[in-house]
Amino acid sequence: MAKMMYRDAVLSTLHEEMERDESIVVLGEDVVGGMGTAGGPEAIGGIWSTSTGLFDKFGANRVIDTPISESAIMGAAGGLALTGKRPVAELMFADFIGVSLDQIWNQIAKFRYMFGGKTRCPAVLRMAYGAGFNAAAQHSQSVHHILTGMPGLKVVMPSTPEDVKGLLRTALRGDDPVIFLEHKALYAVEGEVPDGDYTIPFAHARQVRSGEDVTIIATGLMVGIAEAAAEELAEDGIGCDVIDLRTTSPLDEEAILDSVEVTGRLVIVDEAPPRCNLATDISAIVAQKAFASLRAPIEMVTAPHSPIPFALELEQAYLPSSDDVEAAVRKTLAYR
Amino acid sequence: MQLSREQLVQAFRRMCTIRAFEERLHDEIATGEIAGFTHLYCGQEAVAVGVCEHLDAADKIVSTHRGHGHCLAKGCDVTDMMKEIWGSSEGLCKGRGGSMHIADADVGMLGANGIVGAGAPIAVGAAMSLKIDGEGKVAITFSGDGACNQGTTFEAMNMAVVTKAPCIFVFENNHYSEHTGFEYAVGTSKDIASRAEAFGMKVWRGDGCDFTSVYETMREVLEYVRAGNGPAAVEFDTERFYGHFEGDPQNYRGEGELDRIRETRDCLKIFRAQATGAKLLDDAELDAIQQAAIDDVDAAVQAARAAPRPTADDVTKDVYIEY
Repeated sequence: MAKMMYRDAVLSTLHEEMERDESIVVLGEDVVGGMGTAGGPEAIGGIWSTSTGLFDKFGANRVIDTPISESAIMGAAGGLALTGKRPVAELMFADFIGVSLDQIWNQIAKFRYMFGGKTRCPAVLRMAYGAGFNAAAQHSQSVHHILTGMPGLKVVMPSTPEDVKGLLRTALRGDDPVIFLEHKALYAVEGEVPDGDYTIPFAHARQVRSGEDVTIIATGLMVGIAEAAAEELAEDGIGCDVIDLRTTSPLDEEAILDSVEVTGRLVIVDEAPPRCNLATDISAIVAQKAFASLRAPIEMVTAPHSPIPFALELEQAYLPSSDDVEAAVRKTLAYR
Repeated sequence: MQLSREQLVQAFRRMCTIRAFEERLHDEIATGEIAGFTHLYCGQEAVAVGVCEHLDAADKIVSTHRGHGHCLAKGCDVTDMMKEIWGSSEGLCKGRGGSMHIADADVGMLGANGIVGAGAPIAVGAAMSLKIDGEGKVAITFSGDGACNQGTTFEAMNMAVVTKAPCIFVFENNHYSEHTGFEYAVGTSKDIASRAEAFGMKVWRGDGCDFTSVYETMREVLEYVRAGNGPAAVEFDTERFYGHFEGDPQNYRGEGELDRIRETRDCLKIFRAQATGAKLLDDAELDAIQQAAIDDVDAAVQAARAAPRPTADDVTKDVYIEY
C-alpha cells in the first residue's frame, strides 16, 4: 500500500501502461505543455499534472500535443483506435464535449456497430469534470448523464485514487470506447493505493459503508458527500448502505437492487441537474424492478435545473451537500 | 497516358463498376425496394479510382455520405456492398450500416460517413497511427465542397500540419453542397485548395473528370507524403450526375446543365477518347469491360435480393465487444 493523490494515480497508471503496451498513444491540449514556447516541451506537463514526463519518456509520436481543436482530438482518437492503437485522448474540461460531441457520439461510439462488428475502437477519452472551483457555467459541469445514455460508450467515474488506478487499467486493457471522468475536486485528494498490477472490473459497485436503514447511491465527488452524511446519521443510530457505482455504463444494477431489497429506502446523489440524469435513471430501474421492496418514495439529491453559477455562495448552493443528503435520508425515514 | 495496358484495363474496369453500381441503384431505388437515404457517386468515378489505384490495403481512406465509389475503388466487395445496401444480414456491415456507413477495415476503408466533415479528423488519427508504424503508408480523407466549409475540416488540416501526419485531404469539388451552389457557399475565393495552402500544406489541383489527371496528380502527391513531408491537399474539379440524394428533383440545375456535363464531362467518355486516341485500348475492348461491370452488378443485385434478412435478435449485437 502507498499513499497517492488521485491525479498521481492517473499519471502513474499512464506511465506504467504506456511502458507495458506500446500501442497506447496520449493526445490532447497541453498534454506536453510548452510546445512552441521559450520554456519548451514539458514546461507545464498538462494543466492537471496528469501527463507529466510522458513526452520525455515516450516521445512525440506517442505523446501528441494538439492545438485547441477538440473535434479533431476526439476524431483523431477514433482514427488511431480504428488502426490498431489505443489512444488516451484528453478533453481538458468535460464541458468541451459541446464542441466535439459528433466525434464521440456519432463516430467513436458507433463505429463497431455501424461497421457490422468488424472493427474495434479502444479509445479512452479522459475528461476533467465537476463543480467546486468557481469556474462557472462552461468549466464545471457533470456530463456523465449525457454520455451514459449513448450506446457504445462506457462511462467511468472513479471516486478514489485506488479506483482511478484499477479502473483506468481496465479501460486501457479493454477493447471498447471508454469515457473516463475525473473530478477536479478529487485530483489533490490522497488515498491508499494497493501495490501490484490490480484491475477493477466495470459494473462492480463498491460498498463504501454498510447499513440496513437507507441505501445511498453516489458517484465521483458525491461519494464523499454521501459518506459524510452517513457518518452524521450513524451518530443517531441510522445505518446507511453507501454504494459507489464506479461506472454508470455498464451499471451494476444488482448491487443497487440487492441493497434496496434490504433497506427499502433509497437516496440517490447526483451532481447533474435533476432532469434525465443518473438519479432519474436509477429511480426508474428501482421503481420497476424493486417496487415491492420500497417502503418510501425515492429521494433524489441533485443540482438544480440551472447552469452552474460563478459566485462562491451561489456555487455552494448549487452543489449537493452532505446536509442535503442527510435531510433526504431523514425524509425517507419519516415516510410512513 | 503512362500506365501499362493492365493498369488501364483495371482502372477502367473499376470506374465502370462504380458507374454500373450507381446507375443500377438509381433504377432500383425508384421501385422502392431499397430503404433509406442514398447518395450516388456517378460522375466522380475518376477521382476515387485515380486516387485509390495508388494505394494498398495498408493505406487508409475515410469517405463521405457519397461513399460507394470510394468503397469500390478501395476494394470493398461489390456483392457484399450491394447486400449491405439491401439491408441483408450478409451485408458488409451485417445490415447495420447501410449506404452511408459502409466500411471494411480489412481493405483500409475506415467508413463512409453520414456526417459531412466528420471524416477528416478520423483520417488525421489514422495518419498519426501510420506515422508511428513508420512504413510510409498514408491516410486519405475525401471531402466535398460542402465539407470544406465545416470547422472539423479546418481543425483536421491544422492538426495534420502541426503533427506532420501523413494525411492527404482530397477535395472533390462537384459544385454542389447538397442543393447549394459552390459559387455561393465557398467564400469569395472559390478556391478550396488555397484554404489548405493557408494552413501550410503543399497543394495540387487536377481535373476530377479526367482519370489521367487525377492519377498523375496523385502520383506526385503520394510521393511527397510518403517521403515524410507531412500532409498535403488536392482539389479536383468534378461533376455530380445525380442529385444530392436519390429523389432530389434537382430543380436548382441550369437548363441543359445535366445534358452538357454528361456529354462533355463524363470521365468514362474522356477515358475512352484518350485510350482509343492513343491506340492503347479499342472500343470493342472497352465495351466488353463496361458490359462485364454491368453483369457483375446485376449478379450482385440478384444475390442481394436473395440474401438473408437480419432478425430482431441482431439489433443489440456488436454495440460493445464486452459489456
